[in-house]
Amino acid sequence: MTEVAGTPILEAPTAEGAKDQHMVLNMGPQHPATHGVLRLVVEIDGEIIVRLYPEIGYLHTGIEKTCEAKFYQQVVPLTDRVNYLDPLSNNLCYCLAVEKLLGLEIPEKAQWLRVVLAELSRLNSHLIWLGTHAMDIGALTVFLYTFREREDILRIFEAVAGQRMMTSYFRIGGLSMEPPLDFFDRVRAFIHSLPEKIDEYSNLLTGNPIFRNRLKGVGYLSPEDAIALGVTGPPLRASGVDFDLRRDMPYSGYEKFQFKVPIATEGDCWARYLVRLIEMRESIKIIQQALDGMPEGPVKADAPKIVLPDREKMKTQMEALIHHFKIVTEGFNVPAGEVYQGVEAGHGQTGYYVVSDGTAKPYRVHMRYPSFATLQALETMCKGRMLADVVAVIGSIDIVLGEIDR
Amino acid sequence: MGNEPMKTLPDKAAVLEGLPEHPAVKAILAWNAEALVDARFDRGELTLTVTPETIRAAAAVVQAAGYNFFEDMTAVDWFPSAPRFQLSYHILSHSFKEHIRLRVLVDEANPAIDSITLVWPSANYYEREVFDLFGIRFEGHPNLRRIMLPDEWEGHPLRKDYPVEGYR
Repeated sequence: MTEVAGTPILEAPTAEGAKDQHMVLNMGPQHPATHGVLRLVVEIDGEIIVRLYPEIGYLHTGIEKTCEAKFYQQVVPLTDRVNYLDPLSNNLCYCLAVEKLLGLEIPEKAQWLRVVLAELSRLNSHLIWLGTHAMDIGALTVFLYTFREREDILRIFEAVAGQRMMTSYFRIGGLSMEPPLDFFDRVRAFIHSLPEKIDEYSNLLTGNPIFRNRLKGVGYLSPEDAIALGVTGPPLRASGVDFDLRRDMPYSGYEKFQFKVPIATEGDCWARYLVRLIEMRESIKIIQQALDGMPEGPVKADAPKIVLPDREKMKTQMEALIHHFKIVTEGFNVPAGEVYQGVEAGHGQTGYYVVSDGTAKPYRVHMRYPSFATLQALETMCKGRMLADVVAVIGSIDIVLGEIDR
Repeated sequence: MGNEPMKTLPDKAAVLEGLPEHPAVKAILAWNAEALVDARFDRGELTLTVTPETIRAAAAVVQAAGYNFFEDMTAVDWFPSAPRFQLSYHILSHSFKEHIRLRVLVDEANPAIDSITLVWPSANYYEREVFDLFGIRFEGHPNLRRIMLPDEWEGHPLRKDYPVEGYR
């Protein structure tokens, strides 16, 4: 096995012609504004950033390797842990990928419920982003407000899945179970009150001169750079590239919903703030449409060898009991092949690449997560600006270290 | 997602016959028909296998053909069969609203391939990740260091001969 000796990790690579007065500063991995364990090696000239190197891997758990040792259905709980702020989008992406491999059609009601919950999950992610981003800038109040609304979403998740964060509610072939009876009323009550809450955040921040000055013109990213550096999601749209997987390559029935994809052309932190704020309002519209037109029917596909049977059937029908036993102990075989499925998650495009060799365990699961690619653009956004702007830029690209390190 | 039948085109001849107007297929054929080793259309996804030497040029060709966004890249270890490693590049087109997959097979003996960071700078981290976890080198990469694991780590965890549990 040939090994290439890497350069030592503790010394930042120095620029050619770097002046002696340049200082190398370690920001993180334990820094409250880095949203986890991000370590930035920053080379500064006075307060101006000359170079910036993200140093990642502090949260690496080898989830992709773990997936190879599990049955297909056992991978679902692992996907929650990757992007823990937007758990249902992870579940959705993985389930869609495996369903594509299986060629499995899932019932319409399950698809629509998936849309409702994925949008709630996006709202959850955006609420956390708004709270922490404003807190990084120094506006602590908003954090308390957004976490109040996030608590409502978590209570809804708890009601449907039994878990607040690690939901694992979407399963291969549908949902794990019917949502509780009062689910629709609770979601309706929540989205009824949310628009005025968003107005409330907007009142606190949009007119706030400190917040404006910290964001406007900071962290500029041109559309060409955004595409070249792999940026997706709200930061891409804030740079003026009009692309959203939900509209342009619809999955899980998104083509049936009417919504706008907000675009801004300024490409700075302020544009990213505005885009996400409008996105939250559009998510509310999608949820409203899904609740109004919710189809009737089952929430699991009719595939007894793949989907676990209902509890009642297990106790009364021999076949159901056998299928349950076989799925739990042996899993189910998935036809050989490879698929890539992308979804638009809260932070950007999430993608799962699943390779099957025809057995009951995935041969390879690769996860494409938006923050990993977006982090590459951080240097471009921060170069030549003040050190304090790094905090605003990190907040505005909304990174989750769980999905960077996996 | 629609109801159009998604038929499988299992090999190069079938893809050339079934999808002659596909922009990526057309562009690759117009550039260098020899470089296209194999092709497959399965479950609505087009996979084009090119020779390892031509990956950088092939990436530039599909980029010029409208596949403007590098989305994802990773490797698959087919141990113990040969060639051992498969590299899968997922390229997205914002205008055609479609993915394609470029696929390359790399031998175990000297796992190295040209870096495509000159075509898409966003491949930087992805290639470092594959280098770190699979031990495949990328020629011409600006900063080929381990990205997830510590520099002194031995072995490449996503290889199939690396155990899932326990210490080495």
